[in-house]
Amino acid sequence: MGILDKHVVLEKNATLLLVGSLLVVTVGGIVEIAPLFYLENTIEDVEGVRPYSPLELEGRNIYIREGCYVCHSQMIRPMRDEVERYGHYSLAAESQYDHPFQWGSKRTGPDLARVGGRYSDEWHVDHLKDPQSVVPESVMPKYAFLADRLIEPKYIEDLMKANQIVGVPYTDEQMENAEADWLAQADPDSDYDGLLARYPKAQVRNFDGAPGVSEMDALIAYMQMLGTLVDFSTFTPDASR
Amino acid sequence: MSKKPIEKKEPETTGHEWDGIQEFNNPLPRWWVWVFYLTIIWGVWYTIAYPAWPLIKGATAGYMGYSTRAEVAAEIDRFTALNGELEAQLASADITTLEQGTDLHNYAIQSGRATFATFCSQCHGSGAAGNVGYPNLLDNDWLWGGTIEDIQLTLQHGIRSEDDADTRYSEMPAFGDDYLSDEEITQVVNYVMSLSPVTKPDADMALAAAGETVFVDNCTSCHMEDGTGDRSQGAPNLTDAIWLYGDSKEAITEIVTTGPFGVMPAWSGKLSQSQINAVSAYVHQLGGGE
Repeated sequence: MGILDKHVVLEKNATLLLVGSLLVVTVGGIVEIAPLFYLENTIEDVEGVRPYSPLELEGRNIYIREGCYVCHSQMIRPMRDEVERYGHYSLAAESQYDHPFQWGSKRTGPDLARVGGRYSDEWHVDHLKDPQSVVPESVMPKYAFLADRLIEPKYIEDLMKANQIVGVPYTDEQMENAEADWLAQADPDSDYDGLLARYPKAQVRNFDGAPGVSEMDALIAYMQMLGTLVDFSTFTPDASR
Repeated sequence: MSKKPIEKKEPETTGHEWDGIQEFNNPLPRWWVWVFYLTIIWGVWYTIAYPAWPLIKGATAGYMGYSTRAEVAAEIDRFTALNGELEAQLASADITTLEQGTDLHNYAIQSGRATFATFCSQCHGSGAAGNVGYPNLLDNDWLWGGTIEDIQLTLQHGIRSEDDADTRYSEMPAFGDDYLSDEEITQVVNYVMSLSPVTKPDADMALAAAGETVFVDNCTSCHMEDGTGDRSQGAPNLTDAIWLYGDSKEAITEIVTTGPFGVMPAWSGKLSQSQINAVSAYVHQLGGGE
């Protein structure tokens, strides 16, 4: 009986087979996953990337709740056609504070990784309310109800806390000012210097142009910052990554 | 051709038997076994040729030196080199004197069309016919001017674009906020409607006559006394048949009450100078260019 015939032992014993397959899969897992945690070059250090501001985080939650990721990816692949259409290919660092990340390979709508600043707030409002009113060929559903749903920063600290637990480095100062920053970002008449110091490049506007903070405000605040944090005029890609 | 008689061997069995059914132990087809071995060899070669094994500091780079980043950079460089000469000429060209029919002009129009489809069509429409609130670029009614330099300036700095200090800026007041009473708004709306050939039939002329005073007191500094507008302030001409936000009485009342204004992003940081020049040339030749 050669060594290859010994597999009979495994085939005849279900428990042994299970343990054996588990071992094999574990080896694959260790080789593929474990290095991502210790290799320094998994996520390069990129200047400008910061955790989401409270209002942006709120908008991100609405984005996830409405299932925007089903049709829109946030990952520009390193290919010429994508780079020309959407901008610089996405860097791992740009989604380092994303829980869960919004990468994807299926696009019914365009990639949104760098949609920030590409359209006006007014366009986003018109487009979210009735996409076909601005893009007749669009198949996107209407999200007009977002504008009617006024929200309060009641749970924003909890949301940030949850993100903190999974590794987003929100500072104590950021946590203490969560509600104030949330409110300040949607109100251009507020005192938002603190917000800008805590979250550089945060945009302060009444995003939906209507009184009160609605889900529309939060979602547009999030959309308008996507891909705007890294200054690619000073970024040199490391070819080894 | 004589066939070799195939020696029929009794296949081995595994020795299993259930209810009289025996399991054969036939060997796998030889071609299959060889393909299997080849895939293993190919797999080993692949991990040597391409980036693969994680080590302490990083992964093995592979002897072929492959990198997705280098690949996309090379691909972009290849196209930049192909179009480089025309791009450079276009970036530094005086677009007011682009001669029709030249290679440069053709290139500008084609490149401008592609850039427009990617970045501008979401608001202005894929055919540039605009939308309610987003100007039609095919007609000769221009808010901020329709010469090629005007279009170029609008593209570079945007309109009411927050992140550009040189942006074109003006703001129509929301006359519903304490400026005018509802009655005055109704009067001025009817007056404005009486100015344009398409809305004139729907205007109440008695109210319009009263509205003239309201117009003169509040609107003429931007829209001018005759209502023809002022391009230096982006104030639309009210006497033509074009209504950006709709020509119904309700739509015009809404405008006077809330004073909306469009925002166009500044494109100078996002598009290259040659792309901006190309889009300027493309939009200018759509029909309304001056």
